[in-house]
Amino acid sequence: MLDIFQYDFMVRAFEAGVAIGIVAPIIGMFLVVRRYSLLADTLAHVSFAGVAIGIFLSINPILSAIVLSVVAAFGIESLRNSGRIFGESVLALFLSGSLAVAVIILSLAKGFNANLFSYLFGSISTVSLSDLWVTLGLAVVVFLGVIIFYKELFFASFDPELAEASGLPVKRLNIMIVVLAAIAIALSIRIVGVLLIGALMVIPVVSAMQYGKGFRTTLMLSVFFSLLSVILGLFASYYFNLASGGAIVVIALIFFIASLLIVKK
Amino acid sequence: MSVEEPYIILNNVSFSYGNNLVLENLSFSVRKGEYLGIIGPNGGGKTTLTNIILGLLHPTTGTVTLFGKDRHDFKEKYRIGYVPQRVAQTDKDFPITVLEVVRTGRIARIGFLKRFSKKDKEIVDRALELAGIAKYRDTLIGDLSGGERQRVFIARALASEPDILILDEPTVGVDIAAQKTFYEFLTSLNRDHHLTILFISHDIDVISHEAKTVLCLNRNMVCHGAPEDSLNEEVLRKLYGDHVKNISHNDHNHA
Repeated sequence: MLDIFQYDFMVRAFEAGVAIGIVAPIIGMFLVVRRYSLLADTLAHVSFAGVAIGIFLSINPILSAIVLSVVAAFGIESLRNSGRIFGESVLALFLSGSLAVAVIILSLAKGFNANLFSYLFGSISTVSLSDLWVTLGLAVVVFLGVIIFYKELFFASFDPELAEASGLPVKRLNIMIVVLAAIAIALSIRIVGVLLIGALMVIPVVSAMQYGKGFRTTLMLSVFFSLLSVILGLFASYYFNLASGGAIVVIALIFFIASLLIVKK
Repeated sequence: MSVEEPYIILNNVSFSYGNNLVLENLSFSVRKGEYLGIIGPNGGGKTTLTNIILGLLHPTTGTVTLFGKDRHDFKEKYRIGYVPQRVAQTDKDFPITVLEVVRTGRIARIGFLKRFSKKDKEIVDRALELAGIAKYRDTLIGDLSGGERQRVFIARALASEPDILILDEPTVGVDIAAQKTFYEFLTSLNRDHHLTILFISHDIDVISHEAKTVLCLNRNMVCHGAPEDSLNEEVLRKLYGDHVKNISHNDHNHA
């Protein structure tokens, strides 16, 4: 057995990493095809404000991150649907706004320390046992949510108007995707970090899209790229003492560049 | 519902966007087996009318009855197969195969929490065959021509086993040769498969040749009847203004 797995924290990091590696690109796929990738970054910043609240109130920051990002997800969707603000501007509003809130709370809590760095860029040594259970449990919720409503979510993403005309509750399906995205993102910030989770949701998907396959095949390819990036990234993080989020995303980028070069259009 | 009851009944339907009245007191019905062409100028309310029938917009006043039920109580929306206007502009970069598009036609019929059965797959296969696109089943939608993509969306609508097909400017972005085959295909669906068709177009030439009944729409109903009886100069003036020459085809001899 590799010496890396003698450490409990590494085993936990791998378990949480695999869960995130599966869930992130699945949600990412639905965001990318809707031209809505920026939502991932926005919700990641909202999660960060949630982490700050958690640190301030001394509760598990992942839980407060999940709660806040789900609340924000509802807020984003209802503002978008109200038509009073451009969809894109809503994202900018939430992205910068939540960062501002996070900074204020953290300065009140005097929380600017190394621990914070791990939330920004991901860290493998900080996944506690309770983090692991929360991550695995909610990753299963997100995964099952997408599997159970796959055909409806897919239809509503491909052509919302046709989906609505055939009787699907498109607005509710949209909210569902955004809420699942909020959960998946809040879960992932321990390992991948606030600033890089968007990349893990988007890069494997755009890599997979280079191969010119249908939706289902592209989805499976993106999970494959994502899992490979997470696993190799965690190894690199351990052996070269790198921030895990950075290592994972750089490897995902390498797969993307390789895909660009392999598939000539 | 009795056999004679029309599929669609509009009664005094009006619709306005703010103060802009787009449809005014529109009443007509569509019966089983009809091939109804709706024509009118751009901005004449054609797409608004489609969206009202599809339940995407709600009339400001008036009632819509679909298959014998008030539109509020009508749940079997898949009985109306819709082929949208923007087929030619569909997101070409969306990673989706022809088969995956056509399968979406069955999703509402299958319902939540259920998977595609063997029967569903057979119906999808039949729709692909009927539309003549079976050989493209694994091709990406973005790799097809406008005419081929048009057929994919027809197949999608057919896969829901509709009682009526609604097509909104379906040949936009389709080349002339493909349009001809397309119209023949529609006629055969109506004649051989007894599918009711509601065809919306700004192209008076096409409607007068293809449809069995025509409805002229310019905010309110300007004409309704057989094309040869309805499309006279007076009607055309009401639709398109005085500068329009007589472009109706009095000599057409379609079945």
